[in-house]
Amino acid sequence: MQLSSDEQAMLSGERGAAVKEAIEFQIQVGTFFGAQRFVPISNAHMMGDIEVMGDVGLARLEKMAREGTHCAVGITTNARCIDFAHAKALEQVDEEVEKERRIIASLRKMNVITADTCINYQTLYQPHLGEHVAWGDTGTVIYANSVFGARTNFEGGPSALASAITGRTPEYGFHLDAVRRGNFVVELDVDPSDYADWGAIGRLVGEPHQSYYAVPVFTGPGRTPIRRSPTSDELKHLGASLASYGSHAMFHMVGVTPEAPTVETALGGNTPTDMMKITRADIDKVYRGYDLKDGRCNLVVFSAPQLSLFELKRISELLDGRTVASGSRLFVTTSNAMKRAASELGYIGRIEAAGGTVLEGVCFYILQNLTPMKQKMGWTSLVTNSAKLVNTITAHRFNTILRRTEDCIQTALTGDVK
Amino acid sequence: MTAPLMMFAVDRAAGPVVEGEAVISTEGFSPRYDLDRWTGVISKPGHKLEGISIKDKILFFPTAKGGIAAGWAFYDIQGKGIAPKAFIFGVTNPVMVQGAIYADIAITEGWSPDPIAVLQTGDWVRVVPDRRVIELLRRRAPPAA
Repeated sequence: MQLSSDEQAMLSGERGAAVKEAIEFQIQVGTFFGAQRFVPISNAHMMGDIEVMGDVGLARLEKMAREGTHCAVGITTNARCIDFAHAKALEQVDEEVEKERRIIASLRKMNVITADTCINYQTLYQPHLGEHVAWGDTGTVIYANSVFGARTNFEGGPSALASAITGRTPEYGFHLDAVRRGNFVVELDVDPSDYADWGAIGRLVGEPHQSYYAVPVFTGPGRTPIRRSPTSDELKHLGASLASYGSHAMFHMVGVTPEAPTVETALGGNTPTDMMKITRADIDKVYRGYDLKDGRCNLVVFSAPQLSLFELKRISELLDGRTVASGSRLFVTTSNAMKRAASELGYIGRIEAAGGTVLEGVCFYILQNLTPMKQKMGWTSLVTNSAKLVNTITAHRFNTILRRTEDCIQTALTGDVK
Repeated sequence: MTAPLMMFAVDRAAGPVVEGEAVISTEGFSPRYDLDRWTGVISKPGHKLEGISIKDKILFFPTAKGGIAAGWAFYDIQGKGIAPKAFIFGVTNPVMVQGAIYADIAITEGWSPDPIAVLQTGDWVRVVPDRRVIELLRRRAPPAA
């Protein structure tokens, strides 16, 4: 890689050991991908919790903090694995809860804003067209690239942190024009009417095109612009699902996303490798494909990504004056800030009055101690409107079922899944 | 040293030279979706490698699934002593590469010829990142008669 004088100084250790270590790591990654140079970034977003980093990760982070490591650009944290107010009730392990506090303390010492949210793009930072950032999780990345036209790769925790320390990232992948061009076309001959519909589309498109470099171009029927402009939350569920099932980092939507005024512009000269059409029948087939076991389900989750204020409002309205079935649990996860706002507005009170549990700063599938929790609580099936959650939680051996939002609520109220 | 039985070229590579038992998967991989990160066993119900331990193996996957988790998770499983020796991907994503480099685990992307069509789980292979090659050193022992 070609290095500027500034980057040479970092590499030689003039800016301290932490900066040297960070840029050495970035150079190795950049070299792997054939990056020619670094590009400056203006924002980073990192995953860092005890469930994913473990004791060795914590030790490394604490060492970095002790040695005075300092992030040079604005950096926020992704959802974590513990909501401290609910840790006892969920029987999360005390020792791990304490380690999570140590992670937060170390990150703050390094100038990281521990915002604990996976919807930073809705609530904290909206990069502009062409702006280089270094974000993870994947849902944040695909939203940044697709909806804002900003530029980022999937950045794991150590990599996003390194970017914030050096203020730059190697120029490869979705920082480059050529990689951002669409390479297959998806005609949506359907009007999706629920977040689960958008998630099902993400699965239908992502699963058969599993590649980081696959970039779908969504159009209406006959390559027309999309019929109805989707909301931010709809694009969030589509993106999260594409990133999860397909490992995709970007999509175009003609007439909706900034790099897709037309199909031709979105493809940028690429000949599509595939043309797909999605109809209502395809989406219904996704819903029919889940194993309902004995038709009973005592766990309903709204999470992955965390819920926006609009989603919280809707859930609270659907639950208003009703009660979650005896022996069933309904969980909602959101960010700290959204929970505060929703509390003020009475939404949280309504959800809790119905027997639901609202967790803040976490995402359900990364909860510490989830496998033992599942066994202890007697959970087998999990019903959700998040296609991403259906896919991401599988290592914990849940029988996951995707359903529309209102059907999820029905399951929570009755204990039956249909 | 005996000559390799067969060589595979890879497009991109990083990490130390390693050799070990190959595990061949026709399904992609994510440490978050597929792996029990406390035992090192592939735990996703129905995964092509369900029930298999990845410890000390050289893992061949056509694709990467997901996911941001690998950034820390590979370092974590290395610390727990349940990491594989190498990840060999057809197509990967940056987090797998970032995670493997951070944990000092060998990783490669892109291959010719396609090893998944040629190799079998149990074959003994060597990964040489600097030369961007994977060598088949010996076939797995045939089952006892």
